[in-house]
Amino acid sequence: MPPHVQRLVAWAERRLPSLTRLRQAEPLPILLHRRRIYIVPTGFGMGFSVLLAVMLVGALNYANNAALMLTCLLGAAASGSMLVAFRVLNGLTIGGVRAGTARAGESVRVSIDVAASQRERMAVRLDVAGREFAFVVPDGGTTTVEFELPTEFRGWLALPRMRLHSRWPFGLFRAWSWLHPDRNVLVYPRPEALGPKPFEPSGDTDRGRPRPGDEPAALREYRAGDPRRQIAWKLSARHHGLLVKDLEQPAPQEDWRLDWDGMHGLDDESRIARLTRWIDEAREAGRRWSLRLPDAYFDVAQGDEHYHRCMTALALRP
Amino acid sequence: MTGFRPSLRRTPTTDPALGKRAFDLLCITMAFVLLVHAAHLPPWLTGALAVVLAARWRQRRRGGRNAPAWIKLPLIGLLLGAVVMQNGTLFGREPGSAFAVGLLVLKLLESEHRRDARVGIAFACFALMSALLFDQGLVASFFVCLGIVPALATLRSLEEIEPGTSLASEFKPVLLALLAAVPLSLFAFLFVPRLSTPLWGAPQNAASTTGLSNRLAPGDMMELMTDDTPALRVTFAGPPPANADRYFRAFTMQWFDGKAWAPGFRSARRPPAPAEYGTQTVYEVSVEPTHDRVVPMLDLPMAAPPDTTMRADHTVLAQKRIDEVTSFQGLAATRYRLEATLDDDVRRENLLLPAGVGPRARALASSWAQRFGNDSAAIAGAALAMFHADFSYTLAAPPLGRDRIDDFLFGTREGYCEHFASTFTFLMRAAGLPARVVTGYQGGYWNANARYLLVRRSDAHAWSEVWLEGRGWVRFDPTAAVRPERVQLGAAAANAGHGGDDGLFDMAWVRNLRDRWDVVNQWWNRGVIGFDALRQQGLLQPFGIARAEASELVAIFAVGCALLVAVALGWALFQPREGDGLDASMRRLQRKLARVGVVRRTGEGPKHFLARAARALPGQRNALERLGELYLRSRYGHDEPPPESVIRFRREVKEFKARRVVK
Repeated sequence: MPPHVQRLVAWAERRLPSLTRLRQAEPLPILLHRRRIYIVPTGFGMGFSVLLAVMLVGALNYANNAALMLTCLLGAAASGSMLVAFRVLNGLTIGGVRAGTARAGESVRVSIDVAASQRERMAVRLDVAGREFAFVVPDGGTTTVEFELPTEFRGWLALPRMRLHSRWPFGLFRAWSWLHPDRNVLVYPRPEALGPKPFEPSGDTDRGRPRPGDEPAALREYRAGDPRRQIAWKLSARHHGLLVKDLEQPAPQEDWRLDWDGMHGLDDESRIARLTRWIDEAREAGRRWSLRLPDAYFDVAQGDEHYHRCMTALALRP
Repeated sequence: MTGFRPSLRRTPTTDPALGKRAFDLLCITMAFVLLVHAAHLPPWLTGALAVVLAARWRQRRRGGRNAPAWIKLPLIGLLLGAVVMQNGTLFGREPGSAFAVGLLVLKLLESEHRRDARVGIAFACFALMSALLFDQGLVASFFVCLGIVPALATLRSLEEIEPGTSLASEFKPVLLALLAAVPLSLFAFLFVPRLSTPLWGAPQNAASTTGLSNRLAPGDMMELMTDDTPALRVTFAGPPPANADRYFRAFTMQWFDGKAWAPGFRSARRPPAPAEYGTQTVYEVSVEPTHDRVVPMLDLPMAAPPDTTMRADHTVLAQKRIDEVTSFQGLAATRYRLEATLDDDVRRENLLLPAGVGPRARALASSWAQRFGNDSAAIAGAALAMFHADFSYTLAAPPLGRDRIDDFLFGTREGYCEHFASTFTFLMRAAGLPARVVTGYQGGYWNANARYLLVRRSDAHAWSEVWLEGRGWVRFDPTAAVRPERVQLGAAAANAGHGGDDGLFDMAWVRNLRDRWDVVNQWWNRGVIGFDALRQQGLLQPFGIARAEASELVAIFAVGCALLVAVALGWALFQPREGDGLDASMRRLQRKLARVGVVRRTGEGPKHFLARAARALPGQRNALERLGELYLRSRYGHDEPPPESVIRFRREVKEFKARRVVK
């Protein structure tokens, strides 16, 4: 952008905050109303008005009243379309913003609800993240727009400014309103690519041995070599052959006790990256893990909730 | 070498492709443009363009894309060549519009993107307007305005995310938008200041289509006689004159060169006043555009209407060319006798005969002159008797040879008014009587519904005036001698025996319908087409402004537009309040309570709010409790609040008066 245009834009943003919505983010839900909807002719609209002017001068010059009437009708319809464009946006509500999870460097999926309490809104367009999404908002209904935001760093990611606009109905005018929702999206840290396994206390060697209280998963025919204590004697008595209790218990794994201070000679980001990788691995392998951070401790557990708690804590490490 | 594809234009990559529906609508728009221009395009060009349009539509429907340059370029060249061949030039109204329409249809061949469609639609609007330069009649204008509908529907479908269910569903919202635009457009139409003088030359319409001309040669009127376009509309203050008296004189011609008659020397004399006359007829004649100054007036005009002058031969001239429908107030005496004085130079002018023309006719005339001597009326009577006996009236007159007078008198003996008038006048001059030819209209059709006389171009007529000693100029109509119906009943009756095949159009109801249609046409012509700078200045007369200046018109236009915009903004900003009647009444109660200091808090339910209000206003505790009870019962006792309890609640809220507690 050339410098004078930049100065102009800066002036506009200073003087007309609602023109650009640069000044502050605003809390959701955002209701679009007349004080924040702007309308200007599109390039095509400018061309069309030049054409109308030519038609007007021609009709007046030739004193051709039928042509003048045609021109007036076209002009009136065109200027009426400005109000229609305004009505597309007026009264729209931008409600819930939901975001998925993503690691730094991946893109995060964000969805935004656009609702209209009255009237069907045709051809609403949302410019965000370098793309344009076109959709219809039904009368009294809600349309959800989903888009992907690229991420770079862990932690809170502020939603970018978005432009909601419409050229409905004839493409002659563009009505628009800037949105800057006060909503952040959490970005999880990026795991390191390679690294050592966490320190594992040497557990008992009796792997593969069913623990007491383990339920048999199934019964099957006896095969040579099955341990005798797995034979279901009572059930076998009612059958011709021997039945074996098949204890398909996964090999029990040790809990990982992950500790911020257990690593030496690493800076904070590397620690976060390593812990993130370990947590990912533990989750994939179905292990239980605990996480100790300098200012927090998450006791041994597993599952999604535990995972997200740990990741959030890591993402928000200073 | 990478593939090189010659392309006439670059395609922006970001421009979205045209959807199927949008392309269909674009094709419909172009077809409409072609249709409204079909009246004046050569038929082969219309046909060829229609074929191109249909072929392109089919090709794209089957998945085809932009036509390659080797198709487009020759087609454009062909179009250019054809238009120039047809008209001899590319400039002017007909070739220009033909070329523009052709280019517009060819533009379809490379319409694949939104930008192409928009450019096409914009020029289609312009082409629609240019069709009005040819014909701004009611039907033509209506059709052209209808052409906006597919054009705007195309623009709309370019913005649409999903095409509508059917084509009709695309047209309906556009029609509604156009209807909503009618008030503003009418307002703009009334108040956009008209130009009193054009900025550049207005196109000259071809003279051949504008009615009578100031030359009369046998055969010239042929086109007129078969043209049913209205020429005049005449309203009378009293009863209309009889058909035989309805002579509207336009041109008076004294100069004859053996082939054609033309107006003679312009005399500065006053027109001779009628010495005697019968009842006078007050009338108003509204003249269709003739692009000439001569005003056809009912014979005999007693005085020149305002803004006109009358010449010595009773030709009435307007101050300006009649380029649009113009009305004149006239006063006429259908029965009259003029002063019987004739100046010598006028007499000489009206006796002039071209040398060497019509020797046999001269011989005949001098034989009459010898036989009847000074009895001028008898000479004229002899000529009329000859016409009556030996001549016949036909519009399909056989062509005449080199000597038109003798050929007609002694050869063909078939013809129509101009043959008779021309020959009769020649004979009178040859017999020594001053005579001249008058052209104008005779007859007309009395529209009984709207009480006006419709004179068509086909009512054009030519007759003679002969100066009789002691009686002045007297009208002689030799055509009436040949075929009295022409004058008694009108041109249509005279032609009926000669292949008139419009029996169907003579049925009463058809005639009635045509009458009414002509009334509508007249209204359109006067009210819309004829609404010029002058009429616009008089627009504000009912409001006490005699002459509205352009600046005033602009001011009114601006104020009116602002008012209309305010109305439209009200519509755009209007948002119905949420909730039903019960909510509305509750809001009213809240306003009343807020005035005395009990403001409903955010998140406070109606029960708690009214209970708090009852505590705060102990004097109205009973009323508030009853209101609260009523509200809760209506709101939560049913799915929908029953109407009677809504009404009751509203009434009680209305009667409730919040009084501040005096502490």
